[in-house]
Amino acid sequence: MNDATESTVPFEVTDELIAEHGLKPDEYTRLLEIMGRQPSLTELGIFSVMWSEHCSYKSSRFWLKTLPTSGACVIQGPGENAGIVDLGEGWAAVFKMESHNHPSYIEPYQGAATGVGGIMRDVFTMGARPVANLNALRFGDPSHPKTRHLVSGVVSGIGGYGNCVGVPTVGGEVNFDAGYNNNILVNAMCVGLARTDKIFYSAAKGVGLPVVYVGSKTGRDGIHGATMASAEFDDKSDEKRPTVQVGDPFTEKLLIEACLELMASDAIIAIQDMGAAGLTSSTAEMADKGGVGIELNLDQVPQRETGMTAYEMMLSESQERMLMILRPGSEAAAEAVFRKWDLDFAVIGRTTDTGRMIVTHKGKVEADIPVATLANSAPLYERPWVPHEPAKVILPQWVPPPDAGILPCLKTLMGTPALASRRWVWEQYDHMVMGDTVQRPGGDAAVVRVHGTQKGIAACCDVTPRYVAADPEMGGKQAVVETWRNLTAVGADPLAVTDNLNFGNPERPEIMGQIVGAIKGIGEACRTLDYPVVSGNVSLYNETNGVGIPPTPAIGGVGLIPDVQKMASVDLKREGELLVLIGEEKGWLGQSLYQQHAAGKLEGAPPPVDLAAELKAGRLVRALIRERVCDTVHDCSDGGLLVAVAEMALAGDMGAELFVYEGKLPGHSVWFGEDQGRYVVSVAPAAAEEVLGRARLLELPARIVGRTGGASLTLAVEASLPLSELRMAHDSWLPNYMAGV
Amino acid sequence: MIRSAVIVFPGSNCDRDVKVALEAITGFPARMVWHGESEIPACDLIVLPGGFSYGDYLRCGAMAAHSPIMRDVVAKAKAGTPLLGICNGFQILLETGLLPGALMRNASLRFICRDAFLRCETKDTFFTRCNRVGEVLRMPVAHHDGNYFADEDTLDRLEEDGRVVFRYCDADGAVTEAANPNGSQRNIAGITDSTGRILGLMPHPERLFEPQLGGTDGRRIFESAVVSIAEAMVG
Repeated sequence: MNDATESTVPFEVTDELIAEHGLKPDEYTRLLEIMGRQPSLTELGIFSVMWSEHCSYKSSRFWLKTLPTSGACVIQGPGENAGIVDLGEGWAAVFKMESHNHPSYIEPYQGAATGVGGIMRDVFTMGARPVANLNALRFGDPSHPKTRHLVSGVVSGIGGYGNCVGVPTVGGEVNFDAGYNNNILVNAMCVGLARTDKIFYSAAKGVGLPVVYVGSKTGRDGIHGATMASAEFDDKSDEKRPTVQVGDPFTEKLLIEACLELMASDAIIAIQDMGAAGLTSSTAEMADKGGVGIELNLDQVPQRETGMTAYEMMLSESQERMLMILRPGSEAAAEAVFRKWDLDFAVIGRTTDTGRMIVTHKGKVEADIPVATLANSAPLYERPWVPHEPAKVILPQWVPPPDAGILPCLKTLMGTPALASRRWVWEQYDHMVMGDTVQRPGGDAAVVRVHGTQKGIAACCDVTPRYVAADPEMGGKQAVVETWRNLTAVGADPLAVTDNLNFGNPERPEIMGQIVGAIKGIGEACRTLDYPVVSGNVSLYNETNGVGIPPTPAIGGVGLIPDVQKMASVDLKREGELLVLIGEEKGWLGQSLYQQHAAGKLEGAPPPVDLAAELKAGRLVRALIRERVCDTVHDCSDGGLLVAVAEMALAGDMGAELFVYEGKLPGHSVWFGEDQGRYVVSVAPAAAEEVLGRARLLELPARIVGRTGGASLTLAVEASLPLSELRMAHDSWLPNYMAGV
Repeated sequence: MIRSAVIVFPGSNCDRDVKVALEAITGFPARMVWHGESEIPACDLIVLPGGFSYGDYLRCGAMAAHSPIMRDVVAKAKAGTPLLGICNGFQILLETGLLPGALMRNASLRFICRDAFLRCETKDTFFTRCNRVGEVLRMPVAHHDGNYFADEDTLDRLEEDGRVVFRYCDADGAVTEAANPNGSQRNIAGITDSTGRILGLMPHPERLFEPQLGGTDGRRIFESAVVSIAEAMVG
């Protein structure tokens, strides 16, 4: 078959051209072996995006395979557009998290907006209505000249897209660290709701079926986005702006409604969104999964610009487009639905029995590639890695107490970029649209009702990059358990996770060591907690001029609350209750925020995670919530016990008296240590003994740490800290920073 | 039987939310009417829901105001059918000229989503008869363009005619600059026409109509409508 080479303008495959396509010389040799001839330019483009790290996971796949992906609740694990878990009574949660790091650094508003749009398409393409968006954002140091601009652009981009589409943005996290100065992270997560008997997959099963293009027209935007996302940044990265896609949330909203309307019929055999690598990867993956060939006639593709080449159309990452395989004869009815919503609809090809992807344009064959080889022949690298040097354990007494006292130190910590209120961010997100948000942002996990029922879906995302940097395996484990605890703290049964693994250049053994360590930690935690990984995304080459980002395996957790009337939240609600701390205290200050901000340096090993203890504490807390012993719970994480209590006080606008600690550990390590596996619950005095007793039965340490009431936090001999003063410190940092104050 | 209709424009996204609230409070199904229709079936209440009709392209509400269904919305409203415009629906009411003024970009230039406090300024409307004058209601706002503007003469006339229905205030009912989330003139959050049967407001009553959502202050607007409709039936 020589049509392809004959039909295209003769061109020379130079080393430079190969490098521009992100292919290594040996990868090009492999391509030549597969094709048995020199590829056309279009074919070269197709291979380059399919073999990009972004699409092929060539560096991480070997290790990703070690993650647990099955469990009683799992309907669909990794490998589809999103993962699916069973919520009972015919409902399923469909969810995934995905990065849009590189585009967001280059063009923050559009980069973040299209990240949100892309992840929602991954979810509704499976038949689910998106019901909750979350995001995990990492920016550079606040003093870096670009940070303010990036925060502003990313937050308004996320809001601009999600608000318009009308899906509530209910949670997430925001971090600042100099390690992200030149490579911010924008990880967007979407949770959707589907009926278990109405789930749609991407396998194009059947020959002679119409391949249908719907949504927006194709333009030249985003060409080589997947390749860009798989390359390191350098000083010229700003020049890549034209490859960032532009989002149109209005079209996305119409596309959701049109797709869900058509999905109510039996017209669709398979459907997939055109995400990274656009038409190329959607056609290749659908055909490969269905075990068929596919013929595309690019003349039929709706085009926004004139004179587009086959190469450009196959690689365009124009947004808000979907590809469907329809049941023959249903084209007209399907077209009517899309026309009603003012969307483009075009039959652009057929499935075939040839096993080949044949792309024609203006009467010429532009690409002719065996589908299975294209989809499955991406290189797989078992890259060399070195294990991380173990960090030394820092004993609590090695870290000096705060000069000014515990409460003044708390006030300082609560006003740092690490702990300051994120209200400025989430007030720009519509977090209530759809009318089912029963826990708004600011708590441990957001909760949205399964529409029309009393079930609640809880969702959150977490990772503590400084822990991962110090000990990738422990840090990976900790990221998983923190989501698990946050879901537990609202009363949810944790079901499954999605992971978004953000790392530097995997070709460097120490970075690969971080990846391997984190995946091992995540795997162990997920296995032990029966909390499988059902979807995810890997973002590598997050480096600028040879310096990698802090390792950031963001975990998105999803849980189920059987009845939202039995739910807990962080805000203190009633005066005179007792605050009970559940979980073991070791006063762990290594890698703590206290160590970083009060003692001036961050060092040592991160707090260890005891999965068996986590399981016990989690079960106890959920039982207390379900039995209505308590409805006020907060887990201890960044900043430790005192920060947890302070957050509960601020959320409920109610103070607390803290009791003097009489144990053997240094006092400051008790208040600010970041020991894992701990929760603070607020209970009626009469119930406190019961809680302590039940903890004792489980051999879980627990003690009463304070009493709710008043308008201040008080601690024995220290002057009390009025909540108004604490609130000022906590609330003002981010708005003042953004206003340039 | 209370017959309510919710108009659905391309880009509406609070249409289902308001339907749920209407059905819970009136006890009867609400009818969804597509913007491309030419006539709304006979009904007792029409709601223009929140959202981003036509993606807010051109100007918020500008294109929806020219949707085919709007001819009948205007005709029915002029003939006395009560009409409620929430958020984007309020913007559409201004674009059709049924209510005076304009909604500009928030003074902060940012989208804002949070609970706001509203002081009820009149109970002489179809939608506030169950409220007390001076009563403080908590209701969420969620908009980028809620900064109410009209010239001074228009504002004075609205005030004189008792057509300012809600003002942003603090939790104690004080109308202050700090309590104004978007820079609206005279803290105006909602206005009515001269008959008290057409209400436009930026806050979302449908978002706080049941305890699980965090409050029930939004219910009152729909309850007032139910009482008004029932009275009209009897009377």
